[in-house]
Amino acid sequence: MLDDFLVRAALAGVGTAIAAGLLGCFVVWRRMAYFGDATAHAAVLGVALALLFGTSITLGVGAVALLMAVLIHGLSGQGAAVDTMLGVLAHGALALGLVAVTLIPGQRIDLDAYLFGDVLSVTRTDLAVIWGGGAVVVATLWWHWSAMLTATLSSDLAYAAGINPRREQLVLTLLLAAVVAVAIKVVGALLITALLIIPAAAARNYASTPERMALLSMAIGALSAIAGLRLAVIFDTTVGPAIICVAASIFAVSAMGTALRRLRSA
Amino acid sequence: MSLIEAQNVDFGHGGQRVLQGVSLALNAGEIVTIVGPNGSGKSTLLRVMIGALKPQKGKVTRQDGLRIGYVPQKLHIDPTLPITVDRFLNLPHRVDPTAAKQALATAGVAGVGNRQMSQLSGGQFQRVLLARAILPKPHVLMLDEATQGLDQPGSAAFYRQIDAVRRDLGCAVLMVSHELHVVMSASDRVICLNGHICCEGTPEVVSAAPAYRELFGTGTGGALALYRHDHDHGHDHDHDGHHHHKAAE
Repeated sequence: MLDDFLVRAALAGVGTAIAAGLLGCFVVWRRMAYFGDATAHAAVLGVALALLFGTSITLGVGAVALLMAVLIHGLSGQGAAVDTMLGVLAHGALALGLVAVTLIPGQRIDLDAYLFGDVLSVTRTDLAVIWGGGAVVVATLWWHWSAMLTATLSSDLAYAAGINPRREQLVLTLLLAAVVAVAIKVVGALLITALLIIPAAAARNYASTPERMALLSMAIGALSAIAGLRLAVIFDTTVGPAIICVAASIFAVSAMGTALRRLRSA
Repeated sequence: MSLIEAQNVDFGHGGQRVLQGVSLALNAGEIVTIVGPNGSGKSTLLRVMIGALKPQKGKVTRQDGLRIGYVPQKLHIDPTLPITVDRFLNLPHRVDPTAAKQALATAGVAGVGNRQMSQLSGGQFQRVLLARAILPKPHVLMLDEATQGLDQPGSAAFYRQIDAVRRDLGCAVLMVSHELHVVMSASDRVICLNGHICCEGTPEVVSAAPAYRELFGTGTGGALALYRHDHDHGHDHDHDGHHHHKAAE
């Protein structure tokens, strides 16, 4: 079964979407979208470094994303002008990565694969990395769920209950780096944030508790992955963007549904 | 030994001293109120006490296993986060559903368990925060301007609720407020803060202190007398007697 590249692609997409859909809820609740962008853009620099030193792409991307995540976490503790600093770091790392990739001697590199994903070329090893990384993300969030939710609502409430909100934020940031490393093969560096945010946003108005929103977000992510892959095969387009298009359509329908409900009750 | 104690605490940020040499001990069962003008460091002191801020000098010691119920000044829940009152009460630890119901009733908002936090009125929201704070049966209840955004009758009712909760749980209460007349009448001890502790003592002592009058003028002294006259169960000008009366209950 795993010999079929379409099956591997579907499994890779679903695995990534589940991890991203769950973590994405926290990204939305805590307004960390720009955070996600910075970490994801830094991934391109990771690709360049990995190619330069001949290590695995996942390792290079993971390491640079981790470095970026820790850097951002440190900066966010300082308070001042984080927004601007994030912008500088994100696009600085992206530009540096783009330049570095073209400077690598030897074979020409297909940059599109890293910017927009290349899920059709996923190997068994990639699958193991995606599902392994995804499992770590889901398990960690499960373990930290209550503490993280409390810290998300209010850092003072967390402190009063003996929870260190800074630590919870660091864990989230590290998980973000893990998701970036896992997702780059599927949707590419430029669309990772979309995979985090759109399913969670689509789930928002149809959930009454954080847990239901998280489950729904994972389901919408998985559905987008499968439908996006199918559409990409039919219309012969790139898979990553197709997945995001489906997710965005689900969001649009969800938003319209909410607007209709509101009109009817008004 | 006191439940929680701040010793000689200094705190500042951005080169600005907010607290200077503040010492404060809270004993079991007492209601202590911190009053002071805007920017006097009241909320900062409370946040130092719960451990959210680390003092640059001095220290805060808590009794081992001390449970703190904290009601923040305001709590902004991001509109992207759906959460029911019941779910909120179960954070960070799961609680018994009967206990949750009971806590809502005690806080004066029975039956809102299934509502979304975002659908609550300002007063209901504050009471849900209070319900959550009392759920773990805290030794100390800390409230930071908990009646902000409530009208006068609303905040008076809120303080009566706190007094009832205190009698129920036997917990100590440390609160920050700007509503002098209501708060002072309900407190065993008042601390007047302006970066440092200007004066402290029973409400009568503080409201007569020159340092307090300098900060708040003399008008509130009259309001205090009026309030006491109305609500002190006939124990007029007999604060100590009132105190023992409460302790004996």
